[in-house]
Amino acid sequence: MKRPVSTRLLVVAGVLVALLLAGVASFYASGDPDGLTKVSEDRGFAQTEKEHQAGDGPLAGYETRGIADGRLSGGLAGVLGSLVVLTIAGGGALVVRRRRTSAEA
Amino acid sequence: MHVPDGFLDAPTSVATGVVAAVGIGLALRGARRELDDRTAPLAGLVATFIFATQMLNFPIGAGTSGHLIGGALAAVLVGPATALLCMSVVFLVQCLLFADGGITALGTNIFLMGIVTVVVGWAVFRGLQMVLPQRVSSVPAAAAGAALVSVPVAALAFVGLYAVGGTVDIPLAGLTAAMLSVHALIGLGEAAITFLAVGSIVAVRPDLVYGARRVLATRSLVLRTAGR
Repeated sequence: MKRPVSTRLLVVAGVLVALLLAGVASFYASGDPDGLTKVSEDRGFAQTEKEHQAGDGPLAGYETRGIADGRLSGGLAGVLGSLVVLTIAGGGALVVRRRRTSAEA
Repeated sequence: MHVPDGFLDAPTSVATGVVAAVGIGLALRGARRELDDRTAPLAGLVATFIFATQMLNFPIGAGTSGHLIGGALAAVLVGPATALLCMSVVFLVQCLLFADGGITALGTNIFLMGIVTVVVGWAVFRGLQMVLPQRVSSVPAAAAGAALVSVPVAALAFVGLYAVGGTVDIPLAGLTAAMLSVHALIGLGEAAITFLAVGSIVAVRPDLVYGARRVLATRSLVLRTAGR
Protein backbone atom coordinates (compact mmCIF):
# COMPACT_ATOMS: atom_id res chain seq x y z
CA MET A 1 0.00 0.00 0.00
CA LYS A 2 1.32 3.45 -0.84
CA ARG A 3 2.19 5.75 2.01
CA PRO A 4 -0.54 8.33 2.64
CA VAL A 5 0.18 12.02 2.13
CA SER A 6 0.88 13.70 5.48
CA THR A 7 -1.62 16.24 6.77
CA ARG A 8 1.12 18.87 6.82
CA LEU A 9 1.97 18.30 3.15
CA LEU A 10 -1.71 18.34 2.18
CA VAL A 11 -2.37 21.63 3.99
CA VAL A 12 0.79 23.31 2.67
CA ALA A 13 0.02 22.21 -0.90
CA GLY A 14 -3.61 23.29 -0.55
CA VAL A 15 -2.66 26.72 0.79
CA LEU A 16 -0.19 27.16 -2.09
CA VAL A 17 -2.98 26.36 -4.55
CA ALA A 18 -5.24 28.91 -2.81
CA LEU A 19 -2.47 31.57 -2.95
CA LEU A 20 -2.03 30.92 -6.68
CA LEU A 21 -5.77 31.21 -7.25
CA ALA A 22 -6.09 34.45 -5.25
CA GLY A 23 -2.75 35.90 -6.34
CA VAL A 24 -2.56 34.97 -10.02
CA ALA A 25 -5.73 33.34 -11.39
CA SER A 26 -7.99 36.06 -9.94
CA PHE A 27 -6.68 38.48 -12.59
CA TYR A 28 -8.46 36.40 -15.22
CA ALA A 29 -11.79 36.25 -13.38
CA SER A 30 -14.89 37.63 -15.09
CA GLY A 31 -15.49 41.32 -14.44
CA ASP A 32 -19.20 41.07 -15.20
CA PRO A 33 -21.62 41.86 -12.34
CA ASP A 34 -22.39 38.81 -10.21
CA GLY A 35 -25.81 37.17 -10.07
CA LEU A 36 -27.37 39.33 -7.36
CA THR A 37 -25.88 42.57 -8.72
CA LYS A 38 -27.21 41.83 -12.21
CA VAL A 39 -30.65 40.93 -10.89
CA SER A 40 -30.71 44.14 -8.84
CA GLU A 41 -29.94 46.15 -12.00
CA ASP A 42 -32.51 44.31 -14.12
CA ARG A 43 -35.25 44.40 -11.47
CA GLY A 44 -34.74 48.02 -10.49
CA PHE A 45 -33.30 48.01 -6.97
CA ALA A 46 -29.59 48.44 -7.69
CA GLN A 47 -29.89 52.15 -6.85
CA THR A 48 -30.75 51.34 -3.22
CA GLU A 49 -27.17 50.13 -2.61
CA LYS A 50 -25.41 52.41 -0.13
CA GLU A 51 -21.75 53.29 -0.26
CA HIS A 52 -19.60 50.87 1.74
CA GLN A 53 -18.29 52.35 4.98
CA ALA A 54 -14.98 50.55 4.56
CA GLY A 55 -14.87 51.50 0.87
CA ASP A 56 -11.71 53.59 1.25
CA GLY A 57 -9.68 50.91 3.04
CA PRO A 58 -6.25 49.94 1.66
CA LEU A 59 -7.59 46.69 0.12
CA ALA A 60 -11.14 47.79 -0.76
CA GLY A 61 -12.47 46.31 -3.97
CA TYR A 62 -9.70 43.65 -4.02
CA GLU A 63 -7.12 46.25 -5.05
CA THR A 64 -4.06 47.31 -3.10
CA ARG A 65 -4.03 51.09 -2.73
CA GLY A 66 -0.97 52.78 -4.18
CA ILE A 67 -0.15 50.01 -6.67
CA ALA A 68 -1.10 51.09 -10.17
CA ASP A 69 -0.43 47.81 -11.98
CA GLY A 70 -3.75 45.93 -11.96
CA ARG A 71 -2.24 42.47 -11.95
CA LEU A 72 0.04 43.25 -9.01
CA SER A 73 -2.54 45.28 -7.10
CA GLY A 74 -5.25 42.61 -7.29
CA GLY A 75 -2.85 39.71 -6.80
CA LEU A 76 -1.31 41.23 -3.68
CA ALA A 77 -4.77 41.97 -2.25
CA GLY A 78 -5.76 38.34 -2.88
CA VAL A 79 -2.62 36.94 -1.25
CA LEU A 80 -2.95 39.24 1.79
CA GLY A 81 -6.63 38.36 2.19
CA SER A 82 -5.86 34.65 1.96
CA LEU A 83 -3.21 34.95 4.66
CA VAL A 84 -5.55 36.89 6.96
CA VAL A 85 -8.28 34.26 6.52
CA LEU A 86 -5.75 31.45 7.07
CA THR A 87 -4.52 33.07 10.28
CA ILE A 88 -7.99 33.64 11.76
CA ALA A 89 -9.60 30.36 10.67
CA GLY A 90 -6.50 28.23 11.18
CA GLY A 91 -5.79 29.77 14.57
CA GLY A 92 -9.45 29.56 15.57
CA ALA A 93 -9.62 25.86 14.70
CA LEU A 94 -6.60 25.14 16.90
CA VAL A 95 -8.31 26.91 19.81
CA VAL A 96 -11.71 25.24 19.32
CA ARG A 97 -10.53 21.65 18.65
CA ARG A 98 -10.61 18.79 21.14
CA ARG A 99 -7.16 18.23 22.45
CA ARG A 100 -5.89 14.68 22.80
CA THR A 101 -4.56 15.34 26.29
CA SER A 102 -7.42 17.55 27.56
CA ALA A 103 -6.80 21.07 28.79
CA GLU A 104 -4.55 20.37 31.81
CA ALA A 105 -1.53 21.73 29.94
CA MET B 1 -24.39 36.91 -3.83
CA HIS B 2 -22.85 39.39 -1.40
CA VAL B 3 -25.65 41.68 -0.24
CA PRO B 4 -24.55 45.34 0.02
CA ASP B 5 -25.82 47.91 2.51
CA GLY B 6 -29.19 49.35 1.58
CA PHE B 7 -30.94 46.42 -0.12
CA LEU B 8 -32.69 45.36 3.08
CA ASP B 9 -34.19 47.57 5.78
CA ALA B 10 -32.77 47.93 9.28
CA PRO B 11 -35.16 45.55 11.14
CA THR B 12 -34.45 42.74 8.65
CA SER B 13 -30.70 43.34 8.88
CA VAL B 14 -30.86 43.27 12.67
CA ALA B 15 -32.92 40.06 12.60
CA THR B 16 -30.49 38.27 10.27
CA GLY B 17 -27.66 39.57 12.45
CA VAL B 18 -29.23 37.93 15.50
CA VAL B 19 -29.78 34.67 13.59
CA ALA B 20 -26.16 34.75 12.41
CA ALA B 21 -24.88 35.37 15.95
CA VAL B 22 -26.95 32.49 17.36
CA GLY B 23 -25.77 30.26 14.50
CA ILE B 24 -22.14 31.08 15.19
CA GLY B 25 -22.66 30.43 18.90
CA LEU B 26 -24.10 26.98 18.18
CA ALA B 27 -21.36 26.30 15.63
CA LEU B 28 -18.65 27.10 18.19
CA ARG B 29 -20.09 24.36 20.42
CA GLY B 30 -20.59 21.93 17.53
CA ALA B 31 -17.14 22.47 16.08
CA ARG B 32 -15.57 21.03 19.22
CA ARG B 33 -17.11 17.69 18.32
CA GLU B 34 -15.97 17.91 14.70
CA LEU B 35 -12.41 19.11 15.17
CA ASP B 36 -9.62 17.19 16.83
CA ASP B 37 -5.84 17.39 16.67
CA ARG B 38 -5.84 15.46 13.42
CA THR B 39 -8.52 17.36 11.45
CA ALA B 40 -8.15 20.91 12.81
CA PRO B 41 -5.47 21.95 10.28
CA LEU B 42 -7.94 21.30 7.45
CA ALA B 43 -10.29 24.06 8.69
CA GLY B 44 -7.78 26.83 7.98
CA LEU B 45 -7.15 25.40 4.52
CA VAL B 46 -10.87 25.19 3.73
CA ALA B 47 -11.54 28.82 4.72
CA THR B 48 -8.51 30.03 2.74
CA PHE B 49 -9.48 28.02 -0.34
CA ILE B 50 -13.04 29.39 -0.22
CA PHE B 51 -11.80 32.98 0.14
CA ALA B 52 -9.47 32.52 -2.85
CA THR B 53 -12.04 30.75 -5.00
CA GLN B 54 -14.68 33.41 -4.28
CA MET B 55 -12.41 35.84 -6.14
CA LEU B 56 -12.74 33.73 -9.28
CA ASN B 57 -15.93 34.93 -10.95
CA PHE B 58 -16.85 32.73 -13.90
CA PRO B 59 -19.11 34.01 -16.70
CA ILE B 60 -22.56 32.46 -16.96
CA GLY B 61 -23.68 34.39 -20.05
CA ALA B 62 -25.83 37.49 -20.56
CA GLY B 63 -23.17 39.75 -19.03
CA THR B 64 -23.46 38.02 -15.67
CA SER B 65 -20.93 36.16 -13.54
CA GLY B 66 -20.97 33.99 -10.46
CA HIS B 67 -18.49 32.51 -8.03
CA LEU B 68 -18.32 29.59 -5.66
CA ILE B 69 -20.07 30.13 -2.33
CA GLY B 70 -18.54 27.05 -0.73
CA GLY B 71 -20.97 26.22 2.09
CA ALA B 72 -21.65 22.67 0.88
CA LEU B 73 -17.96 22.15 0.11
CA ALA B 74 -16.95 23.23 3.60
CA ALA B 75 -19.69 21.18 5.31
CA VAL B 76 -18.55 17.97 3.58
CA LEU B 77 -14.85 18.57 4.24
CA VAL B 78 -14.87 19.76 7.87
CA GLY B 79 -18.44 19.21 9.15
CA PRO B 80 -21.36 21.66 9.17
CA ALA B 81 -20.55 23.49 12.43
CA THR B 82 -16.91 24.10 11.52
CA ALA B 83 -18.06 25.02 8.00
CA LEU B 84 -20.22 27.85 9.32
CA LEU B 85 -17.26 29.19 11.31
CA CYS B 86 -15.01 29.03 8.22
CA MET B 87 -17.63 30.81 6.09
CA SER B 88 -18.15 33.50 8.74
CA VAL B 89 -14.43 34.26 8.84
CA VAL B 90 -14.42 34.62 5.04
CA PHE B 91 -17.41 37.02 5.06
CA LEU B 92 -16.00 39.06 7.94
CA VAL B 93 -12.65 39.54 6.18
CA GLN B 94 -14.33 40.31 2.84
CA CYS B 95 -16.62 42.85 4.45
CA LEU B 96 -14.07 44.71 6.59
CA LEU B 97 -10.92 44.54 4.44
CA PHE B 98 -12.30 44.31 0.90
CA ALA B 99 -15.57 46.27 1.19
CA ASP B 100 -17.33 43.22 -0.30
CA GLY B 101 -20.74 42.75 1.33
CA GLY B 102 -22.18 45.59 3.40
CA ILE B 103 -21.25 46.06 7.04
CA THR B 104 -24.92 46.27 8.08
CA ALA B 105 -25.52 43.27 5.77
CA LEU B 106 -22.83 41.08 7.38
CA GLY B 107 -25.46 39.14 9.33
CA THR B 108 -27.53 38.78 6.17
CA ASN B 109 -24.55 37.44 4.23
CA ILE B 110 -23.58 35.02 7.01
CA PHE B 111 -27.22 33.87 7.09
CA LEU B 112 -27.69 33.48 3.31
CA MET B 113 -24.30 32.23 2.17
CA GLY B 114 -23.24 30.63 5.46
CA ILE B 115 -26.15 29.15 7.40
CA VAL B 116 -28.46 28.43 4.43
CA THR B 117 -25.86 26.87 2.14
CA VAL B 118 -24.24 24.88 4.95
CA VAL B 119 -27.52 23.53 6.36
CA VAL B 120 -29.06 22.81 2.95
CA GLY B 121 -25.78 21.48 1.57
CA TRP B 122 -25.25 19.13 4.51
CA ALA B 123 -28.86 17.88 4.44
CA VAL B 124 -28.74 17.16 0.69
CA PHE B 125 -25.32 15.53 1.07
CA ARG B 126 -26.59 13.18 3.79
CA GLY B 127 -29.69 12.40 1.75
CA LEU B 128 -27.65 11.57 -1.34
CA GLN B 129 -25.24 9.50 0.74
CA MET B 130 -28.14 7.28 1.79
CA VAL B 131 -29.21 6.53 -1.79
CA LEU B 132 -25.76 6.37 -3.43
CA PRO B 133 -23.51 3.29 -3.02
CA GLN B 134 -21.85 3.29 0.43
CA ARG B 135 -18.38 3.94 -0.94
CA VAL B 136 -15.80 6.64 -0.42
CA SER B 137 -15.96 7.29 -4.18
CA SER B 138 -19.59 8.44 -3.79
CA VAL B 139 -18.56 11.31 -1.51
CA PRO B 140 -17.49 13.82 -4.23
CA ALA B 141 -20.67 13.14 -6.24
CA ALA B 142 -22.91 13.61 -3.20
CA ALA B 143 -21.02 16.83 -2.38
CA ALA B 144 -21.54 18.12 -5.92
CA GLY B 145 -25.28 17.41 -5.70
CA ALA B 146 -25.41 19.26 -2.39
CA ALA B 147 -23.56 22.23 -3.91
CA LEU B 148 -25.88 22.31 -6.91
CA VAL B 149 -28.98 22.60 -4.72
CA SER B 150 -27.49 24.95 -2.11
CA VAL B 151 -27.03 27.94 -4.44
CA PRO B 152 -30.61 28.32 -5.79
CA VAL B 153 -31.96 27.71 -2.28
CA ALA B 154 -29.80 30.58 -0.97
CA ALA B 155 -31.13 32.72 -3.86
CA LEU B 156 -34.70 31.86 -2.79
CA ALA B 157 -33.83 32.75 0.79
CA PHE B 158 -32.72 36.18 -0.45
CA VAL B 159 -36.10 36.59 -2.16
CA GLY B 160 -37.75 35.66 1.13
CA LEU B 161 -35.76 38.32 2.99
CA TYR B 162 -36.51 40.85 0.25
CA ALA B 163 -40.22 40.10 0.53
CA VAL B 164 -40.05 40.93 4.24
CA GLY B 165 -37.57 43.80 4.26
CA GLY B 166 -36.68 44.97 0.76
CA THR B 167 -36.24 48.73 0.60
CA VAL B 168 -38.24 49.17 -2.63
CA ASP B 169 -41.44 47.51 -3.76
CA ILE B 170 -40.79 45.28 -6.74
CA PRO B 171 -42.86 42.40 -8.14
CA LEU B 172 -41.74 39.30 -6.26
CA ALA B 173 -42.61 36.82 -9.01
CA GLY B 174 -40.15 38.50 -11.37
CA LEU B 175 -37.47 38.70 -8.68
CA THR B 176 -37.94 35.01 -7.85
CA ALA B 177 -37.66 33.94 -11.49
CA ALA B 178 -34.58 36.10 -12.10
CA MET B 179 -32.77 34.99 -8.93
CA LEU B 180 -33.57 31.31 -9.53
CA SER B 181 -32.57 31.21 -13.20
CA VAL B 182 -29.25 33.00 -12.64
CA HIS B 183 -28.35 31.00 -9.53
CA ALA B 184 -29.30 27.66 -11.04
CA LEU B 185 -26.50 28.32 -13.55
CA ILE B 186 -24.10 29.46 -10.84
CA GLY B 187 -25.04 26.25 -8.99
CA LEU B 188 -23.60 24.23 -11.88
CA GLY B 189 -20.24 25.95 -11.42
CA GLU B 190 -20.53 25.45 -7.66
CA ALA B 191 -21.12 21.72 -8.22
CA ALA B 192 -18.14 21.37 -10.58
CA ILE B 193 -15.70 23.15 -8.24
CA THR B 194 -17.03 21.24 -5.22
CA PHE B 195 -16.66 17.90 -7.05
CA LEU B 196 -13.04 18.68 -7.96
CA ALA B 197 -12.06 20.00 -4.53
CA VAL B 198 -13.70 17.22 -2.50
CA GLY B 199 -12.49 14.64 -5.03
CA SER B 200 -8.88 15.83 -4.67
CA ILE B 201 -8.87 15.51 -0.88
CA VAL B 202 -10.80 12.23 -0.89
CA ALA B 203 -8.24 10.83 -3.33
CA VAL B 204 -5.26 11.45 -1.04
CA ARG B 205 -6.65 11.53 2.53
CA PRO B 206 -10.27 10.31 2.79
CA ASP B 207 -9.75 9.89 6.56
CA LEU B 208 -9.58 13.69 6.95
CA VAL B 209 -12.90 14.29 5.16
CA TYR B 210 -15.76 14.70 7.64
CA GLY B 211 -18.39 13.53 5.16
CA ALA B 212 -16.47 10.30 4.49
CA ARG B 213 -16.21 9.27 8.15
CA ARG B 214 -19.38 7.22 8.18
CA VAL B 215 -18.44 5.26 5.03
CA LEU B 216 -14.90 4.66 6.30
CA ALA B 217 -16.21 3.43 9.64
CA THR B 218 -18.50 0.93 7.88
CA ARG B 219 -15.67 -0.21 5.67
CA SER B 220 -13.20 -0.87 8.47
CA LEU B 221 -15.90 -2.79 10.33
CA VAL B 222 -16.45 -5.02 7.31
CA LEU B 223 -12.71 -5.62 6.91
CA ARG B 224 -12.28 -6.60 10.52
CA THR B 225 -15.13 -9.09 10.36
CA ALA B 226 -13.75 -10.57 7.17
CA GLY B 227 -10.30 -10.94 8.73
CA ARG B 228 -11.47 -13.30 11.43
